[in-house]
Amino acid sequence: MSDRRDQVDEPVEGATLAGESTAEVAVTPAARMAAYIRGGGVVVPVLTAVLAFLMGGVAVLLVGKNPISTYEAIWEGTGLQWLFPWTTGEDRELAAVNLQQTLIITTPLILTGLAVAFAFRAGLFNIGGQGQYIVGSIAAVWVGSEFAGMNGFLHIVLAILAACVAGAFWAGIAGGLKATVGANEVVSTIMLNYTAIYLGLYLFGLGGPLQNDREATLPVSNDVVEAARLPVFWGEPLLQGLHIGLFIALVAVVGFWFLLNRSTTGYEVRAVGLNPEAARYSGMSVSKNYVLVMAVCGLFAGLAGALDVLGWQFRIATNDIEINQLGFIGIAVALLGRNTAIGTVAAALLFGALLSGTSQRNLDPTVFEPELAKNLTFILQGLVVLLVSADVLVLRLLRRGRGIFSRGRRRGPAAEEAST
Amino acid sequence: MSADATALELRGITKRFGPVVANDRVDFDLRRGEVHALLGENGAGKSTLMSILYGLYHPDEGEIRVDGEPVKIDSPSRAIELGIGMVHQHFMLVPVMSVTENIVLGEEPRTNGRLLDVREGARRVKDLSERYGLAVDPDAKIEDVTVGQQQRVEILKTLYREARVLVLDEPTAVLTAQEAGELFEVLNALKQDGVAIVFISHKLGEVLEIADRVTVLRRGRRIDTVPKEGSTEESLARLMVGRDVLLQVEKKEPSTGAAALELDDLRVLDDRELEAVRGVSLQVRGGEIVALAGVDGNGQHELVEAISGLRNIQSGSIRIDGREVGGTGVRASSDAGVAHIPEDRHLRGLVLDFTLAENLALREYYKPPLSRRGVLNKRRINARARELLHEYDVRGGSPGALASSLSGGNQQKVAVAREIASNPRLLIAHQPTRGLDVGAIEFVHRRLIAERDAGRGILLVSLEFEEVRALADRILAIYEGEIVGEFPPDVSEEELGFAMTGGGAGTSE
Repeated sequence: MSDRRDQVDEPVEGATLAGESTAEVAVTPAARMAAYIRGGGVVVPVLTAVLAFLMGGVAVLLVGKNPISTYEAIWEGTGLQWLFPWTTGEDRELAAVNLQQTLIITTPLILTGLAVAFAFRAGLFNIGGQGQYIVGSIAAVWVGSEFAGMNGFLHIVLAILAACVAGAFWAGIAGGLKATVGANEVVSTIMLNYTAIYLGLYLFGLGGPLQNDREATLPVSNDVVEAARLPVFWGEPLLQGLHIGLFIALVAVVGFWFLLNRSTTGYEVRAVGLNPEAARYSGMSVSKNYVLVMAVCGLFAGLAGALDVLGWQFRIATNDIEINQLGFIGIAVALLGRNTAIGTVAAALLFGALLSGTSQRNLDPTVFEPELAKNLTFILQGLVVLLVSADVLVLRLLRRGRGIFSRGRRRGPAAEEAST
Repeated sequence: MSADATALELRGITKRFGPVVANDRVDFDLRRGEVHALLGENGAGKSTLMSILYGLYHPDEGEIRVDGEPVKIDSPSRAIELGIGMVHQHFMLVPVMSVTENIVLGEEPRTNGRLLDVREGARRVKDLSERYGLAVDPDAKIEDVTVGQQQRVEILKTLYREARVLVLDEPTAVLTAQEAGELFEVLNALKQDGVAIVFISHKLGEVLEIADRVTVLRRGRRIDTVPKEGSTEESLARLMVGRDVLLQVEKKEPSTGAAALELDDLRVLDDRELEAVRGVSLQVRGGEIVALAGVDGNGQHELVEAISGLRNIQSGSIRIDGREVGGTGVRASSDAGVAHIPEDRHLRGLVLDFTLAENLALREYYKPPLSRRGVLNKRRINARARELLHEYDVRGGSPGALASSLSGGNQQKVAVAREIASNPRLLIAHQPTRGLDVGAIEFVHRRLIAERDAGRGILLVSLEFEEVRALADRILAIYEGEIVGEFPPDVSEEELGFAMTGGGAGTSE
């Protein structure tokens, strides 16, 4: 209640004293987020990221390294300097390769971010992006490695559709449980993550039904056939260049925006998210929306799995299933991007850059060990989630800063009045 | 200490929120042993002023004196130290704890060690409640006692902290008429004991009943402070709104048409699966206002939800214009011509974080012209919103403004506009003016009568006797889920009240 009072600068009677507008109405997460978004414009997420980086710098200091040169080395590793015209010659070529890696990781992060953001807008927490990503990639690798000899374009479309359906189904289970028996989607999506992980380990593990046909000692899947791989449009295909999945992800972002802001479905989703009781009163089915929303979320996450498998991994190894974190990072992406389309893209790029900048391949080991640096990414991820959850804290810091200015301004004329 | 001594003085209080001046050099003083009413429309600055007194806000200018001494109140705990207690409109109680535990919370009496002295706490609570006639069961859990008793607990909380100044923020808004009467007795007892009371309200009748003096605020400024003697509802309303207000809406004789709503032996269960509506048969014809009068919790809520399709029916029938809609859902009822102004605009009537245009589209967003094949027509939605906001005189509202930024009266106009714009056969108005100020009440009442005259059937559900009498063409009393009597609009409060509390129930058996 008090955070609302901080943010809403209106002397509406109820809101000021008794909290009329909030006390009666259970404040949904989506409503809270809406207040948060109104609270500080684009400044707050930027401030959140800066604060996280500062605190991450402290962590680097604590292990006895120089945070500035570390961040500099990470920046070098991201390849983002390719965007600046003064990067030339060999530097530019290296930067191009690094930037391709950054964007390859950004692609699934955009989608797993959307998977969390869409749920958030409906007042739901989708913690199951990881599981939905995994079942999507399983579906994609199966379709992509079977049906050899099929038309390449159709094969890709089929594999992507299979992944989307698998992800939608997986998340839809959590939505259905919530709609029918009221099971908390946080718990059920977390559990479905484990289910997906162990499903993958079983399928591709030694003796598993989808283990590869060539090498019985390797717990990996069959390879996606050449024809079903996404074309590389930037860089060398053999050196893991950038595939067209990036554009598919960007199309999904536009789809997300349109669905949410221009369709009756999105209108219902937002109404249910902000005030389920009012939504029910205007004839919307709240439970139907829960299932639908989760299914759409799973579709985004499943698509992420498909693009990774068809774009650059081409196979799934069981140890990858266990260490992959892309679904989880999607939560931080959505929170930092404030569940908006543009914000999600920006936050995905930030985390994509961090992940590739701290990878063994891209980070200079003489400055900071990549093994440690990887953890720095997770530290920053955790800090972002923490800081966004503590939105009030960041807003208060911001307000205090502003308060000093405005108080100074206001005191001027007031003091004059008092002295006359 | 003489009874007339000034307990509290606010001088030249100014409070700004950005460009908005919520309080503009407001003066206010309070004497020991008086009830001083603070009267004003929603948004007039009453609550802001009292928030400043209670340390929730800091004034930009001005001075507060307690017992003649200038003080700085920077937090509620400082206010409590100074003997100022406040009872908020929405109670701040812990539902699962007992009455005593809630009262002593934060100031628990302790035994010699560090243990809570439950018996001592209960004793002091009992003392206080007996002294001022605040009857409560000290061991009952808050969630089990009535709203009226919860309010007594809030008052006891302040007295337990030795408050000598008591601020009550719209205390009667949540009470029944009888509970309000009991509250006034308590306030008189406190007055006798020298407690000074600020009574925030926008209800004229009760202000005249309980207050010794009345300070009227309008748009953040103090308009006047007048004694009760010589004031009338009309004179206070004029001060409040700044123009003459018609307290009694004029209306012609009804010219009724065919039945808009017919209920036949309707039975509906409540959330606990108990029968809440027990065989109700009634008819609302086009062109008449039928009021359902009853004490809250006698099945009105379930009845209204059943008619509007939100609740399944157990048996019986609901016909709109002759068409059966019982148990077919909100969309079916809505398409058959039912519109519903819900009883709680924040909880059910509006999505506060939606824009006004989005809120105005809630009833019809899924069909042309507002959307086509699942795609919203934003331009159409905005254009329609602009027309409605203009027609219903919603102040401070552009289609893109958030509903939460409006005052209560303007929010209600949005809900009313949306429902009437769907061109219904039957309009259900459930407590349509709850918490609204005089000007907004007048607006809603006129509008309802205009819709009646346009031939719509209107089912009014209200707990306010005055409202029922002012609007209704026929009054049906409901008690424990049954209609226990029909009355003309000029029925006396006693007669209707008798029926509403089951007094006439024997005749229907």
